[in-house]
Amino acid sequence: MALDSRIPQGPLADKWTRHKNEINLVNPANKRLIDVIVVGTGLAGGSAAATLAELGYNVKAFCFQDSPRRAHSIAAQGGINAAKNYQGDGDSTYRLFYDTVKGGDYRSREANVYRLAEVSTNIIDQCVAQGVPFARDYGGLLDNRSFGGVLVSRTFYAKGQTGQQLLLGAYSAMNRQIGRGKIKMFTRHEMLDVVIVDGKARGIIARNLVTGEIERHSAHAVVLGTGGYGNAFYLSTYAMGSNVTAAWKAHKRGAYFANPCYTQIHPTCIPVSGDHQSKLTLMSESLRNDGRIWVPKHKKDVEAIRDGSLKPTQLAEEDRDYYLERRYPAFGNLVPRDVASRAAKERCDEGYGVNKTGEAVYLDFASAFMRYGKEQAHVKGLDENDEALVKKLGQEIVKNKYGNLFQMYEKIVDQNPYETPMMIYPAVHYTMGGIWVDYNLMTTVPGLYAIGEANFSDHGANRLGASALMQGLADGYFVLPYTIGDYLADDIRTGPISTDSKEFDEAERNVTETIDKLINNNGTKSVDHFHKRLGKIMWNKCGMARNEKDLKEAITEIAALRAEFWKDVLIPGGADEYNEELAKAGRVADFLELGELFAKDALVREESAGGHFREEYQTPEGEAMRRKEFQFVSAWEYKGEPKDAVLHKEDLAYENIKVKERSYK
Amino acid sequence: MNLTLKIWRQKSAKDKGKIVDYTMSDVSPDMSFLEMLDVLNQELIDKGEEPIAFDHDCREGICGMCSMFVNGQAHGPDRAITVCQLHMRSFKDGDTIYIEPWRAKAFPVIKDLIVDRSSFDRIQHAGGFISVNTSGNTQDANAIPINKHDADAAFDAATCIGCGACVASCKNSSAMLFVSAKVSQFALLPQGQVEATDRVMNMVKQMDAEGFGNCTNTGACEVECPKGISLENIARMNREYLKASFKG
Ligand SMILES: Cc1cc2nc3c(=O)[nH]c(=O)nc-3n(C[C@H](O)[C@H](O)[C@H](O)COP(=O)(O)OP(=O)(O)OC[C@H]3O[C@@H](n4cnc5c(N)ncnc54)[C@H](O)[C@@H]3O)c2cc1C
Ligand code: SF4
Ligand code: FES
Repeated sequence: MALDSRIPQGPLADKWTRHKNEINLVNPANKRLIDVIVVGTGLAGGSAAATLAELGYNVKAFCFQDSPRRAHSIAAQGGINAAKNYQGDGDSTYRLFYDTVKGGDYRSREANVYRLAEVSTNIIDQCVAQGVPFARDYGGLLDNRSFGGVLVSRTFYAKGQTGQQLLLGAYSAMNRQIGRGKIKMFTRHEMLDVVIVDGKARGIIARNLVTGEIERHSAHAVVLGTGGYGNAFYLSTYAMGSNVTAAWKAHKRGAYFANPCYTQIHPTCIPVSGDHQSKLTLMSESLRNDGRIWVPKHKKDVEAIRDGSLKPTQLAEEDRDYYLERRYPAFGNLVPRDVASRAAKERCDEGYGVNKTGEAVYLDFASAFMRYGKEQAHVKGLDENDEALVKKLGQEIVKNKYGNLFQMYEKIVDQNPYETPMMIYPAVHYTMGGIWVDYNLMTTVPGLYAIGEANFSDHGANRLGASALMQGLADGYFVLPYTIGDYLADDIRTGPISTDSKEFDEAERNVTETIDKLINNNGTKSVDHFHKRLGKIMWNKCGMARNEKDLKEAITEIAALRAEFWKDVLIPGGADEYNEELAKAGRVADFLELGELFAKDALVREESAGGHFREEYQTPEGEAMRRKEFQFVSAWEYKGEPKDAVLHKEDLAYENIKVKERSYK
Repeated sequence: MNLTLKIWRQKSAKDKGKIVDYTMSDVSPDMSFLEMLDVLNQELIDKGEEPIAFDHDCREGICGMCSMFVNGQAHGPDRAITVCQLHMRSFKDGDTIYIEPWRAKAFPVIKDLIVDRSSFDRIQHAGGFISVNTSGNTQDANAIPINKHDADAAFDAATCIGCGACVASCKNSSAMLFVSAKVSQFALLPQGQVEATDRVMNMVKQMDAEGFGNCTNTGACEVECPKGISLENIARMNREYLKASFKG
């Protein structure tokens, strides 16, 4: 099948307006006759469910947590971008579009990104109207801050809990519709297959995680807002339940999977402390606004710090290497994530890492305390030369901005970051790859849509900070609810879809057979045993830097591990009860297939772009080297084993931006 | 360190539960409490036994999913954190630790340490929202300036993670702290004013219908709340409720 991205004709700035004017609409009276399933109630799924219900469709929404309010989006810390230009610093729709395409290393789709920038301003208005308590200045107006990869202040935030507040906004919009009976909410339910009837997505098979019951749900269209698959690495900043299952099952039913190898490694996470570790915790990137990143200049100081004989605060200014400020004077500590992550790895690989394992760099707030403190002392008419006072005042300001993050750090590491610099290291954080979608956010399966982190289209090879929340809400509130009408307009006479058909039978059988196999396997090793081993392969061979040899090994090793999993996995308990191990086993089984496709995709892409860094393709200074002939989206078609997947290419045309070398110097 | 764990095991809502003893050795002080349970679970699975079921997801104190009593305290001994943020360095070698689920009529046990908190959601369905369309045709966000003090107070109320520790810690199983947090957030913002009366009446009505008890101002909720949601919210909600009752 040829890929048709269905990008509307006409000038970039008019495409979305024109498209909205031209696509089919469904008459309000007819919307009542149409059912839509939304899987996932994070920012993308939650906002979509609420809006679809408000438009008049009958919505059934699903999530595996006990409440939609607990979707992984809740954890987002830093903020959400919007081209409001409230700060008057030269921001505009075009500039947000430009930064995003450049930040994504020219591997995202121009038309989608422009639309994202265009609707970004509406998102803020919408959320404020819903009562989302964004940070405000003393004049009562909205406050902004700046994030990596940009030179303007366009990030709206609610302390370090922006995701929480935005998700609670979407949740409240959903609650209103649930109260009205327009959304039927299925919590603690896991979608395990998509049902295709006459080539169209017409329903899902879900498992009630409490009773173990397998359920059939039908609809005229199915929307997946099921998040990213970074947990394939086992250790990551994702919530424990985040998984690829829904996306992978859709892939197996015909949805192409795009750019699986594009994974964002976030530069500011709390380093790994030991083997028992179950997850990694992010320290929001917004900290880079005020924190300076450094390692010692000299190896002898590194050793002294590691053995505890030297405190980082004792090291003289001239003995510190502020390597980001040194290498990238224009952006300094605010370079994009891929650049900052690789730079940290480079220093640590050279032996300058500051913790016991040598995998940590410092994020230091000492100068921010003084800078803010001086300003405060001045404002309050106090002694600007009283260092202790200035420091204390400055710490208050920093506490106001990032207090919860500092608290979180202290709890985990058992060190006070107000007194000693934080230690950070890169960790898997976000997946730019996902289900391939066209401009309408429809997958290659008619009637099956993918939104938010589950799709691939807007971030290219690297996602700039504060843009995932923006994309999730843009898709859910403002894009999908319109574009889906174009498809559903043909369904006003279809009537309810029966779940009593051979297609539902077959899909249900597929699900129960897999569950039976897992439950009756009588192996000897736990699910986590396999997950951890997969994670090690992924991190060592498909992680921050990749090469041909490692990737080839990863492909063979993952396939072998998968075979071993199916032979030897052990799942206690039964299928018809609450069984967390069974749920996990299904997710890991899918990661074991995705992981191989991931490595295969990375192997094919003989270039470095954003979150994909092939060691063979770098400039003499160690910067990523893109290659013109790889200016395409790789979209994989399922053909059985991942090794048989077939590659389709969507060429990316940049008509409104000149593709330049991506430099932050 | 070596520990003795006394953990509530209950196969399902219908079964009767009981405390079962487990011993653990080599627990690292750097582990989180949930990671310690993970290690125990791996040992159980290796022996072919069923692992201990507990709710968790983000493991960084924000989703509100993890929920258990540790030595009789919601989320364990430390203040202002969830149990996923509790680290084993808070315990000593040789300690005995009791681990039990939330106890409240409105939170029935599902399995082991997992309880059903959907009653919280139903209270939100009854009024936890501002009735605005999600069309994006709203006025410019800066056209509604909000005094920083109010915005910050609304934010503080909005940080409730819906964990239910307040209910579980209250001798009456009252949900007042949780409900008042949402009522306060909207009461402090200009956007939510129009329907303030209906909101508070409907939420309180649903709260009662779910079987939560009354508030007798003991304050255990505030002490055990991982997000420091303040009792002032309950006072504000009472004022809102009184106002609404007069309007009738
Ligand atoms: C610590 C952290 C901080 C972040 N900070 C920021 C930030 O400051 N700014 C920013 O822009 N982005 C940030 N991000 C990224 C951003 O939070 C996510 O990309 C975004 O929230 C994803 O939203 P989503 O709606 O696509 O998916 P999610 O929020 O992950 O939601 C997935 C939903 O799908 C459901 N689901 C999944 N599979 C199934 C299934 N099989 N059956 C049923 N339901 C299923 C889940 O229950 C859930 O409801 C951060 C991410 C992390 C981890
Ligand atoms: S008020 Fe506190 S204890 Fe109660 S649900 Fe909210 S966060 Fe949890
Ligand atoms: S697991 Fe999310 S708050 Fe503890």
